[in-house]
Amino acid sequence: MLALDRVTKIYPNGVNALEGFTIAVKPGEIVAIVGGSGCGKSTLLRAISGLDTPTQGTIVLDGETIRSPNEKIGVIFQEPRLLPWLTVADNVGFGLADRPASERRERVAAALERVGLTEKANVWPRELSGGQAQRVSIARALIMRPEVLLLDEPFSALDAFTRIDLQDHLLDLWADTKPTLVLVTHDVDEAIVLADRVIVMKPRPGRIQEEVITDLPRPRDRQSAAFDFAKRRVMAALDRSLDRSAVTSDTEVKVIGGASY
Amino acid sequence: MQTVQTAAIGAGAGVRRPVTDGIPRESVAFGARTMFPAAMSVSETATSAASPGNSKGRSARWLRPALGLLLPVALAAIWELVVYFGWSNGRLVPPPSRIFLTFADLAQSGELWRHTVATTLRVASGFALGVVSGTLLGALTGYSFYARRLLDPTLQALRAIPSIAWVPLFILWLGIFEASKVTLIAVGVFFPVYLGVMAAILAVDRKIVEVGRVFRLSGLQMVRRILLPAVLPEFIVAVRSGLGLGWMFVVAAEFLGASEGLGYLLIDGQQLGKPAQIVAAIVAFAIIGKLTDWLIVLATAPLLRWQDAFGNRQGAA
Repeated sequence: MLALDRVTKIYPNGVNALEGFTIAVKPGEIVAIVGGSGCGKSTLLRAISGLDTPTQGTIVLDGETIRSPNEKIGVIFQEPRLLPWLTVADNVGFGLADRPASERRERVAAALERVGLTEKANVWPRELSGGQAQRVSIARALIMRPEVLLLDEPFSALDAFTRIDLQDHLLDLWADTKPTLVLVTHDVDEAIVLADRVIVMKPRPGRIQEEVITDLPRPRDRQSAAFDFAKRRVMAALDRSLDRSAVTSDTEVKVIGGASY
Repeated sequence: MQTVQTAAIGAGAGVRRPVTDGIPRESVAFGARTMFPAAMSVSETATSAASPGNSKGRSARWLRPALGLLLPVALAAIWELVVYFGWSNGRLVPPPSRIFLTFADLAQSGELWRHTVATTLRVASGFALGVVSGTLLGALTGYSFYARRLLDPTLQALRAIPSIAWVPLFILWLGIFEASKVTLIAVGVFFPVYLGVMAAILAVDRKIVEVGRVFRLSGLQMVRRILLPAVLPEFIVAVRSGLGLGWMFVVAAEFLGASEGLGYLLIDGQQLGKPAQIVAAIVAFAIIGKLTDWLIVLATAPLLRWQDAFGNRQGAA
C-alpha cells in the first residue's frame, strides 16, 4: 500500500508546486495522473521516488516512510536515461551489481528476452531507436522487481505507433508481477488505456481536481464506446481543472455522461 | 541625369541577375566578375567532395598525412642545400644531416638511451603521482559541495603560481636529486588533471546522476560507476595535457642540475657549443612526447567506443 498524506512541496524559489495531496494506492493498482503543465505531476512523482523530499506531509510505502530512493520503488523517466558507456545488457543489470555474476547474467537475459531485445544485448545505447531505448529502461527498472513503478511521461517522446505498442507491452509486463504503477502523462488516451483510476490535477498550487474511475475490462479497446465515455469524462474534468467552466459547465457534462451510460 | 540613373540600377542588378539590355559596360563586368568565381568554387567543392569515396579514396588516405610533411621536409631540404653549397657554415644552425649523424652517434654509444630512460622515468613517476592525486582531488571536489568550498579556492590559488617558482623551495625541502624533480613534474601534471576532472564532473548531466540515485548508489559508488565513466572523454584530454606539461617540466627540472637526462644533454650542448646535440635532444623530446601521447590515445580508444560523438563518425581520423 502506497499512501500519500497531505503532501506539499514548496520549492526554495517560493513556487508552491503541490499542496495537500492525499491518495492511497492499492498494491497492483494502476493510477494515472493527468493535468495541465505546471500542475505538479512531476513534482509528485519525484517526491514518491524519494529524489525530492516533500516540504510537508508523508509518503508511506508498506509502513515505511519514503525520504530517499527506495529499493521497492522503480522509476522510468521521460527519457530512457541509459548510461551510454554501458552495453544494453550492462544497463539492464545496472542495479544488480551486488549480486553474483551468474544470477545477474540470468536475470538480465530473462529481462531482455521479456522486452524482446535479446539480440541487442551487446550493443551500445546509441545504436538503439527511441522505442528500444525506452524498453531497455523499462527492463532496467523491472529487473529490480519493484513493488511500485513510477513512470514520468514515459512514452511522450515516441511516435504514435511506438507509443501504442509500448503501452500494450507495458501492460503485458505489468501482468507478470503486478506491481503498483503510478503514471504521469498528458496523454488522456494513454491514461485510460493503462489506468484503473485517473487523477486529474489542477495547477497553481498543484492539487487534486477530481478522480475518474476507469476500470474497464482489459484488454481495452481504444475504439469502444466505454473507452470514449471514460475519455470524455477525463477531458471534462481537465477542462474544469483549467477553469474553462464557461465552455463546459458541470451540468452539461453530467447530461453527456448520463446519455452515454 | 538619365544615364546616371540607368547605370546605378544596372550595377545593383548585375550582381543578382544575368546581363540585361541597356546596362553600361562597367556594371556588366562587375556582375560577371563576382558571379564567375562563385560558380567555379561550387563546382570545385562538388568534385572534391565526390572523389574520396571512389578509387581515389585509398591514395587520398596516404596523401593527406603526407601533405603535412611537405613543409618541414622542404625546409629541411632547403637548409641542407644552403649549407651544402656553402652559403652558410651551419655552425649555429646545423643542417639535418649533421643532426642525424649526432643523433645516430648518441644512439650508437648508448648515451641517447641512457638519457632518454632517465628522463622518461622522471616523467613517468611525476605523471603517475600527478594523475592519481589530480583525479582523486578532482573527483572529491567535483562530487562534494563542501569539499569544493573547502579545497578549491586554495588549489586554484596554488595553480596560479608558476610551477617553476616552487623549484628553490623543492630543492631546499627535498634536495637536488630525484625527489625534487619528480615533485615538480607531479605539480605540473596535477593541475590540468585536477581542473579537468572537477569541471567535467560538475558538468555531468543531472539526469544521469539521478539514475544513480534511484539505484541508491553510495557516494563512492556514484563516483566510480556514474561520474568517472561519464567524464572519461574529458579525463583523457586532461591526462594528455597533463602529460604534455610533464614533458615540459622535466626539462625545467633537469636544467637545475642533473647528471643525466635529455635536459642534461641540452645544457651540455649549450655549454660545450654543440648545437647539433641540442637539436638532437629536442628531436628526441618531440619523438618521445608524441609517442607517449599516441600511446594514451591508443590505449584509451577502446574505452570510448560507446561515444555517440562527432569524432566517432565513419571515416574520421
